[in-house]
Amino acid sequence: MQIPAPFEYVRASSVDNALALLDRHGPESRVVAGGHSLLPMMKLRLARPDWLIDINDLFELDYLLVDTVPNNGRVLRIGAMTRHTTLLESDDIKRLFPIVIDAERVIADPIVRNRGTIGGSLCQADPAEDLSTVCHVLEGVAVVRGPAGERMLSMAEFHRGPYETAVAQNELLIEVRVPIRDDSGSAYEKVERRIGDWAVAAAGASVTLAADGTISHVAVGLTAVGLDRNVTEVEAVLVGQAPTEQLFVEAGRLTSLACDPLADQRGPVDYKRHLADELTRRVLRAACRRAAASISDITI
Amino acid sequence: MTILEDRPSNPAAGDHDRPIGHGRMQRKEDPRFVRGKGHYVDDIVLPGMLHGAILRAPVAHARLVSIDTTEALAHPKVLAVITGTDLQALGLAWAPTLSMDVQAVLVTDKVRFQGQEVAFVVAEDRYAARDALELIQVEYDVLPPVVDARKAMDPSAPIIRDDLAGRTDNHIFDWEAGDKAETDAVFASADVVVKQEIVYPRVHPAPMETCGAVADFDPIDGRLTLYETTQAPHAHRTLFAMVSGIPEHKIRVVSPDIGGGFGNKVGIYPGYILAVVGSIVTGKPVKWVEDRSENLMSTSFARDYIMQGEIAATKDGKILALRTNVLADHGAFNATAQPTKYPAGFFHIFTGSYDLAAAHCTVTGVYTNKAPGGVAYACSFRVTEAVYLVERMVDILARKLDMDPAELRLKNFIKKEQFPYANKTGWEYDSGDYEPTMRLSMKMAGYDELRREQKEKRERGELMGIGISFFTETVGAGPRKDMDILGLGMADGAELRIHPTGKAVVRISVQSQGQGHETTFAQIVAEEIGIPPEDIDVVHGDTDQTPFGLGTYGSRSTPVSGAAVALVARKVREKARFIAAAMLETRPEDLEWEKGRWFVKGDPSVGKTIAEIAMGAHGTIALPEGIDGNLDAEVTYDPPNLTFPFGAYICVVDVDPGTGHVKVRRFIAVDDCGTRINPMIIEGQIHGGLTDGVGMALMEIIEFDDEGNCLGGSFMDYLLPTAMEVPDWETGFTVTPSPHHPIGAKGVGESATVGSPPAVVNAVVDALAPFGVVHMDMPCTPARVWEAMQGRTRPPV
Amino acid sequence: MQISMTINGTFVTHEVEPRVLLVHFIRDDLRLTGTHWGCDTTNCGTCVVLMDGQPVKSCTVLAAMVDGHTITTVEGLANGATLDPVQQGFMEEHGLQCGFCTPGMMLTARALLDHNPHPEPLQIREAISGQICRCTGYATIVRSIQWAAEHPAGAAPETTTSESTEQEVHA
Repeated sequence: MQIPAPFEYVRASSVDNALALLDRHGPESRVVAGGHSLLPMMKLRLARPDWLIDINDLFELDYLLVDTVPNNGRVLRIGAMTRHTTLLESDDIKRLFPIVIDAERVIADPIVRNRGTIGGSLCQADPAEDLSTVCHVLEGVAVVRGPAGERMLSMAEFHRGPYETAVAQNELLIEVRVPIRDDSGSAYEKVERRIGDWAVAAAGASVTLAADGTISHVAVGLTAVGLDRNVTEVEAVLVGQAPTEQLFVEAGRLTSLACDPLADQRGPVDYKRHLADELTRRVLRAACRRAAASISDITI
Repeated sequence: MTILEDRPSNPAAGDHDRPIGHGRMQRKEDPRFVRGKGHYVDDIVLPGMLHGAILRAPVAHARLVSIDTTEALAHPKVLAVITGTDLQALGLAWAPTLSMDVQAVLVTDKVRFQGQEVAFVVAEDRYAARDALELIQVEYDVLPPVVDARKAMDPSAPIIRDDLAGRTDNHIFDWEAGDKAETDAVFASADVVVKQEIVYPRVHPAPMETCGAVADFDPIDGRLTLYETTQAPHAHRTLFAMVSGIPEHKIRVVSPDIGGGFGNKVGIYPGYILAVVGSIVTGKPVKWVEDRSENLMSTSFARDYIMQGEIAATKDGKILALRTNVLADHGAFNATAQPTKYPAGFFHIFTGSYDLAAAHCTVTGVYTNKAPGGVAYACSFRVTEAVYLVERMVDILARKLDMDPAELRLKNFIKKEQFPYANKTGWEYDSGDYEPTMRLSMKMAGYDELRREQKEKRERGELMGIGISFFTETVGAGPRKDMDILGLGMADGAELRIHPTGKAVVRISVQSQGQGHETTFAQIVAEEIGIPPEDIDVVHGDTDQTPFGLGTYGSRSTPVSGAAVALVARKVREKARFIAAAMLETRPEDLEWEKGRWFVKGDPSVGKTIAEIAMGAHGTIALPEGIDGNLDAEVTYDPPNLTFPFGAYICVVDVDPGTGHVKVRRFIAVDDCGTRINPMIIEGQIHGGLTDGVGMALMEIIEFDDEGNCLGGSFMDYLLPTAMEVPDWETGFTVTPSPHHPIGAKGVGESATVGSPPAVVNAVVDALAPFGVVHMDMPCTPARVWEAMQGRTRPPV
Repeated sequence: MQISMTINGTFVTHEVEPRVLLVHFIRDDLRLTGTHWGCDTTNCGTCVVLMDGQPVKSCTVLAAMVDGHTITTVEGLANGATLDPVQQGFMEEHGLQCGFCTPGMMLTARALLDHNPHPEPLQIREAISGQICRCTGYATIVRSIQWAAEHPAGAAPETTTSESTEQEVHA
């Protein structure tokens, strides 16, 4: 069996303690949460930290709460140590952000989801990682704490590219804040070779409807197709319009043009572009349907 | 008549309900497994045991320039580092394969596939052994690899096997079966001929337990005890004796509980030999267990056949002939595990279940820079490839003729009265009655209703497919007049002892990897001599404890060893008759048998049970002349022919037109494996094989890039089906006993793995018919299905 | 480093290297070999144990991370001579063949039933979807877990006569 190279292990007792440990042990130290991204890399000896700082005791970061915060209004605050299973089983999430449920159902498998955390997923920043897209689409804010205090980063600021985030070596992602919008719906759909596999491609969308049934706010994001930002190209087309199949088709077309996938064992470029198109249409349809369902007098 | 099978009640329910013999009963091996008390190779710990790890080549083709082991040897926990040079000095650098080739145990001259064994570290614990691998410095001179089998015979292709004297190309063998001239003549005059290239890509058996061994060489008495993940302990012992020079009586091979085999654990891998060498060198027991990547990248793969198929028929759907030319990729060493005479295994049963006027096949084997193997993964010696070819070709013909694929099959089956049936490539099918089996599967599926539903869905743009496969297996290898492996005839032995108190032990030469031998073989004995299965201990997997035989693979346990067990029980029963006669002071011919007891004809109250007879045999009564004082017997069974199980499978799939994702909605499997011993175990064997079929059809593949890097080297990329990809199987059965098997059983272990892949692929292709798709190769991944919908079907290799 | 945990109800303290994987700690240090491993990459689930009652893949948890926690392995499923209904179910419904994935499957089943005593077949399939079985084709595993759900107190030997979902059709 594959075995990691030797390292020293220390368990952090609090966020401050974790930050102090990161500071003390320097660049060759790594934080481990669920460990389901890092430990396999260590077993392959592609990652060889000298120090592993275990933050599983930071129960202070395992929470989900609806809150009102200055400048953000009503938000759902998700502690970085919240496990995937907790997200999947949360009634608040089910009600507010069905996109998270859609995504969580297809992230790895139920047992991995018992260990894996939202913070770990976002910090790994794998281009095929589903929650990154979800947080982009929901326009989440990453709360990062370091020796100099806390900073708030938009997902675009947080997520710098494949496997790269703005979290410095001596910082910790501690929370994701997701703004709560009324009259909204969201959805995520992924194509995978088999359950539990990384995405061939996936798409997520969040839609807010105005009182007249037109789209007042929309975000579309993609997974595993070479685009680590929201597909801003579609927003101008969709906002202010009544949701129609024709509109979704146009959004899908624009999305497939915006993405930049690579061919691999999961499929050729044109297939992935096609999926960007197809899945965008599907998630917009579902998100609009869900938004409409939250407003009783609008049906589409 | 169709009836639901009564499920016999639970064996724990009381003596009166227990099956004495054939019937559903819980497995005797399960109590230890559910308690976590199974005993697998990696569970073995011997005093002073060391751990081995193998350094493997990172590239596919390279000359070995140098190996520096200094740093590794300096590791405080490392006891030995063995290289190819060390093995050369012992004459062990190369070992014979099961196909008359040789394979490097450790590289001496050249790396020939990625993942090949380069050096072996022996250390105090498994962590240190792994650490030390990083301390070995190896210099390679990288060579261009041969990855595409189609280019292996190009004059410009690099020569892989320059170790073989006089070798100037990558050709291994040409082989043919059937009459070419006759076949060509039938094709020339046929109304309809269709052709199709059909690729069965490289897949891997991937049992959940990887391969491993614990070698314990005692330098004082020169005795080697080798605990191994092997499906064939006796064959391994003989081969080890031939290779190592350790005399065979000084070698004990033990195959403990095995975590799945599927053909992966038939061959002798370098790791086993290295564990032995490690133990000899250090004087201590050495354990070696491979990791998953090592398993997928270096041990026996399966298939890798590129088949050019052609089928000829009349315009009203009478199939006349089949022919094919096959290019077989055998990897860097010809190490396929199969009977010596058959370099393409039993592929020449590719005429399938149909009565043909002519058939001809050629198979060309080539070397490539890939792991060796080819015969594995429940393939029944390449009947998988044969069934896949014929069942795809029949479907393609049905499309061409615009005939229903079920109707086309029914029209062309070998008829019941034609059995025993001699096909055009040299097989004699023992028994069969195909139409009722096919009809039952169609009835269970609601075939006509499914076709109606499909028609409606097509009108709405929905993609639903119905796929049929009708397979005939050939298993139970095999008659010694025809078959051997490296000169060893493919027979199996059995020994049965009835203890004085009437309890029994039966020792068999085959080895279970989950098939339930401890139960099935006890049931066979129980049926024959009438004592309860729980009173019969089945001993297997230890060469010191069991008679010689060739092991478990190719669905041969029940057809061969099962026959041996039935016959040894009958031998005991007959001996018991003589002893009972002596005890009852009558003549043997005056006794009559009922299950478990000999009694006096006409006076059933006077008789002796097997237990009484066993006590009598060991007791003090005067025994008849020539009868010795025990109730024991032994036999070695040489099967007169193979057995030919068959089955009808129907698969229903739904394809997402927007993504190409395939969902297997239903799978109906009707199997005929002759006499059924334990229906529960049979059903389990079939379920597992169907899952293999869905896996191969939809997701499993070992691919390589242009540099020869293996792209399927972990379970992240070698995808196996989970509970979410497979339906709740719908199984049924018919019973057509084998006329030559003592109890009529035919074997079932590999039927479903052999029969199911074409059903799934036929269903996918059927679903894609509106796009004009006539054929697509496995695996039917979402991307490949979508490409097929765009008119871009492409071979996977 | 020194770690302590409760395993199958027994409190143990051991000296381990920080890098020791939980699966190796259980198998090699504690000699509880009912927990197996099959893949290295967190895909196969052969190594599943319960950590504080939840299934985890013990090849991807460090023994050090379990310090202070509670582990249940297959050896802790039975209550003395009395098998857990899940264990009985696997024997009743042929939920195992080679036995290698079985301990992990049974532990996941136990956790599922503790959480949801009456799971639907699809919920059972989802629960075991991170675990691979190469032998059974899963249907009998699903039946085994259903059996356990239907017999929460197990079954006395004289009442184990079956009401199987198995229906084979014979011509």
